[in-house]
Amino acid sequence: MPKKGNAPMDGELLQGTLDLLILQTLALGPSHGHTIAYAIERRSDDVLQVEHGSLYPALHRLEDRGWIAGFWGTSENNRKARYYRLTPKGRKQLAAQTGRWEEIVRAIGRILRPAAE
Amino acid sequence: MAWEIYRRVRRFWKRDAWDDERRRELDAYLEAETDKNIARGLAEREARFAAQRKLGNAALVREEIRQMNSLGFFETTWQDVRYGLRQLRLNPGFAIAAVLSLALGIGANTAIFQLLDAVRMRTLPVSHPEELLQVKIDQPHGRTGSFITRYPAMTYPQWEQIRANQQAFSGMLAWAPWPFNIAESGQVQNAQGIWVSGDFFNVLAVPPAMGRVFSSADDTPGCSNAGAVISYSFWQQHFGGDPNIIGKEIHVSHRAFPIIGVTPATFYGVEVGHTYQLALPLCAEPLVIPPSNGPGTILTSRDTWWLTLVGRLKPGWTAERASAQLRTISPQVFRETLPQDFEGSPKDIEHYLGYKLGAFPGATGNSDLRQNYQDPLTLLLSLAGLVLLIACGNLTNLLLARASARQKEMAVRMAIGASRGRLVQQLIAESLLLSVVGAAFGILLAEWLSAFLVSFLSTQKRPLFVDLPLDWRMFAFTAGLAITTCVLFGLAPALRATNASPGSTLKAAGRGNTAGRERFSLRRALVLAQVALSLVLVTGAILFARSLGRVMTVNAGFTQDRVVLADVDYTRANIAPPQRVAFQLDLLRRVRSIPGVVAAASNSIVPITGSSWNQNVLYDPLSTDSPGETNINEVSTDYFRTMNIALIAGRDFNEHDVVGSPMAAIVNQKFASKFFWGKNPIGNHFSLQKMSVKDNVSLEIIGLVADTKYDDMHTEPPPLVFLAMTQDPKQDSDASIMVRSSIPLDEITPAITGTLRGFNPDIEFSVLRTMVQQSLLGDRLMAMLSGFFGALAALLATVGVYGVISYMVARRGGEFGIRMALGASQGAIMRIVLREAGWVVGLGIVVGAALALAGAQQAKAMLYGITPYDPVTLVLSVAALAAIAFVASYIPALRASHLDPVTALREE
Repeated sequence: MPKKGNAPMDGELLQGTLDLLILQTLALGPSHGHTIAYAIERRSDDVLQVEHGSLYPALHRLEDRGWIAGFWGTSENNRKARYYRLTPKGRKQLAAQTGRWEEIVRAIGRILRPAAE
Repeated sequence: MAWEIYRRVRRFWKRDAWDDERRRELDAYLEAETDKNIARGLAEREARFAAQRKLGNAALVREEIRQMNSLGFFETTWQDVRYGLRQLRLNPGFAIAAVLSLALGIGANTAIFQLLDAVRMRTLPVSHPEELLQVKIDQPHGRTGSFITRYPAMTYPQWEQIRANQQAFSGMLAWAPWPFNIAESGQVQNAQGIWVSGDFFNVLAVPPAMGRVFSSADDTPGCSNAGAVISYSFWQQHFGGDPNIIGKEIHVSHRAFPIIGVTPATFYGVEVGHTYQLALPLCAEPLVIPPSNGPGTILTSRDTWWLTLVGRLKPGWTAERASAQLRTISPQVFRETLPQDFEGSPKDIEHYLGYKLGAFPGATGNSDLRQNYQDPLTLLLSLAGLVLLIACGNLTNLLLARASARQKEMAVRMAIGASRGRLVQQLIAESLLLSVVGAAFGILLAEWLSAFLVSFLSTQKRPLFVDLPLDWRMFAFTAGLAITTCVLFGLAPALRATNASPGSTLKAAGRGNTAGRERFSLRRALVLAQVALSLVLVTGAILFARSLGRVMTVNAGFTQDRVVLADVDYTRANIAPPQRVAFQLDLLRRVRSIPGVVAAASNSIVPITGSSWNQNVLYDPLSTDSPGETNINEVSTDYFRTMNIALIAGRDFNEHDVVGSPMAAIVNQKFASKFFWGKNPIGNHFSLQKMSVKDNVSLEIIGLVADTKYDDMHTEPPPLVFLAMTQDPKQDSDASIMVRSSIPLDEITPAITGTLRGFNPDIEFSVLRTMVQQSLLGDRLMAMLSGFFGALAALLATVGVYGVISYMVARRGGEFGIRMALGASQGAIMRIVLREAGWVVGLGIVVGAALALAGAQQAKAMLYGITPYDPVTLVLSVAALAAIAFVASYIPALRASHLDPVTALREE
């Protein structure tokens, strides 16, 4: 069976979260798709498993919105690779989305705390 | 927004370059990942595979990105259309059958919708028609007098009063349809004329295309130099579009009128269904219609109803406010226009003074077509809708068959990544293509069909004109139909075709013995519905055919064979009113002397033409209490012999019944039973209300005749009184003479013309049988169209039954093979198939019969001499449908019984 729709990540992540993760990864410096995928996995201690293919539609979407910009460069293995870097617009977006994300996490935390006791 | 569209379009154009970039980017990923895997110690081949697994479906990723850059709907639709066309080209038989049945269904619906729309909803071809209101009496029952036009709403004196006193309208007009004889001599040649008040064109805001239109100055009492305004089409047809038409003369009733103007081509008048050709101002009426019946003209008559009044609302006024204002002036209007005849009849006066005027929507004008055909057309539209549904049923079945054939294809496409929604969209696009092509042909067909219907309903004397433009309303209707039908027949098969997991479908690979069970039941339900609906249509067809048969063969009580009506207008012979009775007797004598004439008589009310004359009956000429109404006809001697009406008792009028002798009356049996309780009425006396008040006339019954139909073939013979023409001194300068001949009518009419040539009359001949037939046009329309729809439905249902039973036989071929191998006889196999068909058809017939009985109720008012629950009709239609269904399933059953078990099993 083919996958229906685009499930951006393994696990049930909120829609748009992948975008946030990509933006955050690129905030540390330009990188290409392969590194971004591994960076997300590694930095989340392998909790967040990205289906690597699904990263590319997200990259394309972000580029189309002007939050990231793509360019061809040479990778550490001396191969051609398409690099992405954060644009100023993307940096603003990252700040805004991070803020919202934290707000949501706090809100959900407040709801869950009594149940946890 | 515009920016977004720009970006989308830009992306659309660049998407191929981008796709190429994505491919390279994904390749770069694979290389990086492969490098990494190799570094982890995998063999190169293994490393590459692992990289591919890690990435997932690269084609799908690219497709997803490509999707983002596409214009979505348009692009995929274009793809689907091309794909659909290819599919249809591969299967031309299916395509032709589908397009043809859709074209027929959609065409019939569109044609009837166009007619219905034109007569019912379309507004008049004038500016701001919504401001127009008709002024008439709110509850006009109990009016007495003469009703001389198709729309006899008001009298001329009332028009003058209302015009003078109303405040709601910025302008008012009055008009009436009238046939204008434009022949310069001899045979009558009638133009479709209208009498109009001076402001007619100004109130409607219709400018002249040439010359000028009337102004109020053209409509002043006694106008002796009145002009005529003609319509554009009349100018073209009658005058060949003569550019110097203004100032030329046209003769109406032998009087010359100068043509002062031509109206624009778009203006056909204010009557939907007929186009006007010629307009004269109301004031010219005495010049055209010779004064009769004593003093005064129609213009001064207070009991001649003939005008339609229309007003254009002042800005800021509403219909309610206009009605309220009209109500306040009503007492004055009716007080000032009280008919003189009512003197001494306080009840009549009270009734007349109690009338209230009201303002009613006038945007759609007048239309007897609307009155006569609105309900039949509405019913026909629903019948046509049912036909389309049945056609959709067949298409659904065909598509379902294709869907199961294509299930494997769909499974493969889903396996390689197509989403179900996308596949459904593609299949629907294919259906939409069919219905759009079907609708396009349907529109062509509708053009032809609606023109045919209009000509069918036209008569020589009353040609119909219906404006049927190809406009957005028609296209919206047709487009709506196309989309609805497409969804109806395309959606279920599309869902079916894609409703399977690819794995199991691919595995099943052809072994479909049991898998088709559920699918098959949907097809059976469809055929059941088709049989049911076509039973409804066949029942309707038989009902209307039987109704038409009844009304055409019903005994009218008079003979229609070889009877011709000669309308002789002898105005130009200039006979003074006192001499007219004698003159008419002379006319009759001459006509009777023509060889071949069996009998001839004059009459004032020609039967079955819709004209009627009725009065209240009084037992005592001085009383005002009436036991009821009777219809009246004024005839000469020999009328009953001419019309072959049996004289049951007493005598016919004779030469002794003259002005001044005791007034004689001949009554029919209905009259005798209603007013004299069935006793022999000969010798009894009675009076007619209006005649009695002034003249104190007592009528002696001298004869009793058989009942006859009066104004309409559909109604039972009413009570009827015949008065003697020779006792009525008020004769018009025309006579309608019924002539029964022993030789063909086309030989007798020139003889009549020749004999009467000396009087220089205008003669118009009408064949009685034709007139009676034309009064049944509505019945014929219903019988013809419902018959057509019934036949179409039966044909479609036959195809449906045949298709499904054939499919069943094909699916169960293996089973039949096994049965036969085990010793089942051919008869046994046939019985299996026929039993299966019998269930479906039988259930369909039961459901259909119930629907037909419920639906027939709608047709009740349009049926003559037959109840909607006519058992014979139901038996006939059930038998007809059962018979064709049997034939349709017998052929596949026969095929099943001749299967070769070995071949059948091998194919399995």
